[in-house]
Amino acid sequence: MSYTPYRVPVLSKIRSRNLISLYKKGIRSDQRDFMTPRNISVQLGVIDKADGSAWVRLGNTQVLVGIKLEVGTPYRDTPNEGVLQVNSELAPVASPTFEPGPPDENAIELSRVIDRSLRDPKAVDLGSLIIRPGERAWVLWIDVYVLDYDGNYFDASMLGVLAALMNTKVPDYEETESGEIIIDRTKGSPLKLNRRVVLVTSAKIGDIILIDPNLDEELLADSRMVLAFDEQGTVVGMQKTGLGGYTRDELMKIIDMSRKVSQVYFKLLDQALQNAGSQQR
Amino acid sequence: MHVRPAKFFDENGRRLDGRLPDEMRPVEMKVGVLRNADGSALVSYGKTKVLAAVYGPREPSQRYTVLPDRASLFVRYHMAPFSTEERKSPVPTRRETEISKVLREALEPVVITDLFPRTAIEVYIEVLQSDGGTRTASATAASLALADAGIPMRGLVAGVAVGKVDNVVVLDINEPEDNFGEADMPVVAAPDLGLITLFQLNGVMTAEDVQRGLDMALKAISEVVEKEKQTLRSSVEEVEVE
Amino acid sequence: MSQEEKASKKVLVLPGDKIEGLKQQSIYVFDYNGEKRAAVLGLVNFREEGTDFVPLKGFYFPSEGDIVIGLVMSHAAANWFLDINSPYQAVLSVQDFFGVKQGGQVPEDPFTYLKIGDYVKAKIVAFDRVRSPMLTVQDKGLGRITEGTVVTVRPVKVPRIIGKKGSMIETIKKVSGCDLFVAVNGRVHITCQNDVLEEIVAEAINIIEEQSHTSGLTNRIKEFIEEERKVRGI
Repeated sequence: MSYTPYRVPVLSKIRSRNLISLYKKGIRSDQRDFMTPRNISVQLGVIDKADGSAWVRLGNTQVLVGIKLEVGTPYRDTPNEGVLQVNSELAPVASPTFEPGPPDENAIELSRVIDRSLRDPKAVDLGSLIIRPGERAWVLWIDVYVLDYDGNYFDASMLGVLAALMNTKVPDYEETESGEIIIDRTKGSPLKLNRRVVLVTSAKIGDIILIDPNLDEELLADSRMVLAFDEQGTVVGMQKTGLGGYTRDELMKIIDMSRKVSQVYFKLLDQALQNAGSQQR
Repeated sequence: MHVRPAKFFDENGRRLDGRLPDEMRPVEMKVGVLRNADGSALVSYGKTKVLAAVYGPREPSQRYTVLPDRASLFVRYHMAPFSTEERKSPVPTRRETEISKVLREALEPVVITDLFPRTAIEVYIEVLQSDGGTRTASATAASLALADAGIPMRGLVAGVAVGKVDNVVVLDINEPEDNFGEADMPVVAAPDLGLITLFQLNGVMTAEDVQRGLDMALKAISEVVEKEKQTLRSSVEEVEVE
Repeated sequence: MSQEEKASKKVLVLPGDKIEGLKQQSIYVFDYNGEKRAAVLGLVNFREEGTDFVPLKGFYFPSEGDIVIGLVMSHAAANWFLDINSPYQAVLSVQDFFGVKQGGQVPEDPFTYLKIGDYVKAKIVAFDRVRSPMLTVQDKGLGRITEGTVVTVRPVKVPRIIGKKGSMIETIKKVSGCDLFVAVNGRVHITCQNDVLEEIVAEAINIIEEQSHTSGLTNRIKEFIEEERKVRGI
């Protein structure tokens, strides 16, 4: 069951008015233009016990992603593939309006959008995660923790997931005669990715489209569009989120704008990864 | 590690990670790591890594939980799924519920709650990585986060877990020492008040062991609280402009 | 640096630290075994006239007679509920807003006159340990804020924004040509001839908040505003 949110931060009318008059001049409150995302910084391998991890900052929004590989059974209809599982938490630490408890509809939506954006384009090579066809496979657990919320946890989370996947090592293992599987996490090989995917979110305020909205912009927005792209610019996922509506022309324009921004995200992420250096595991 | 180490001490009496019995792991602290929270802190004891965030005092969304004469403290201790060797389901367990309780009871005595009747002070603790002593590291992180939030306190607290392995009382146990030792005795105290506010034993110890362990713990806790003060001091002095 | 600043010695204290020679009472200081101790991070100023304690972290505690700027969060029955940047939410009654006691009348749709997201300048008329702070707008200069910008800072920084004998706030007013009202609950209402000037002053206030305990700040703020005006051509 879904109901209209009742616990939402209040944006003052004065601030709304000031923001809108800024937009009319083509600038935003943090001096960005409409098409520019915020700065990205990444720390890799933050959690030693995880098989891969990344702490990402997109502006003031912070997300921690941890990846763990466990031995499990493959799905019956995909006996030759490993299993992908995505779970997200909008942790109560992240915002005065997030409450403790099981994932709400927003956390679940985030999980499922990330999941589809990886699964549909086969971003992770799940075939490389099979151990014994039909019987044993790696389960790839991706746990997304939103820790500090200043708008757009979609893009920030996906950047975190991507960085963490790039940081993930699949442990070596040995099969005994009795069929037991012994894992050696001290050794491993990089997780095989077929493609890299990013999410690009834009907020619609009247007929203004803003890329990578911060919290004030999200509160002001009628609606948001989340688009998933791979490095070739192919659309691999879409989600309209929030109330409001779009015209057909608006959607086409947004897809085009967002595709351009996806290239920027890939570049910014690579720069951030370079700055971080990869941590030895 | 699911396999019990063959032995816990080498010929020189050093532990698995090279420490002496009364040595703590390296402790790192940082405050103000989150912007939205009123106060926050990231603390690590060796590989154990804990994030604490504080909101409040504020009027809670569930009005029926308030007290007429003081603030209520809400403490939630939770482990991230990737924090443990095997992935842990995010669903809260009975262990997390009990630890939330003893942590609240460790913090509440030092928070001056009667200044803020009918409000709630919320402390959220996320264990990001677990390698033994998570509840005591959590107490340290919570203390820093409360001070960072400006919540009036009678004193800062810190915690450390004492253990007993191969008959030797050791300070600040890591995971293998916790899993395979004879005892786990977490201690949280406020050195400025001379008060111990969390004290448990899981295992078997003689009265002498308890005394030795407690003395070791209290000495270490004083050092950790000094480090908390340094961390808070430099969080303010960093902004100094000449 | 003034004579006063030179003579005083400042020491940073943490919760649980002793404060010697403190005379004043403060919610940020508590008694322990006859000693006075700090309850929050703060600065102890040892001056010739006496020792005082300036908290660097703290809250706005409503007090009767205070003029505050509140943000309307919700309304129900015959009241609006406002965020006053305090642990406590404040209440403004419909009766008071329309001045019923003074002979006014409550219109049919009172909540269209003051909406969620509006800022209000109001006075605290009552607050004790049992009730929420109650507000009134029936006094000169009070009511819904209709123009300008409102900035929120931590309430403990308010004295710094005002400055010794108003030195900081007067400097800002002079250099920007704007009008400023600093409410004791940490909200600052800025009214200028245009919104770019308001942005500059808002930024200046954020700088004061971050660098509040440093010296030479008033001059730096004056230079900042002058420089920004030049750069932005205002």
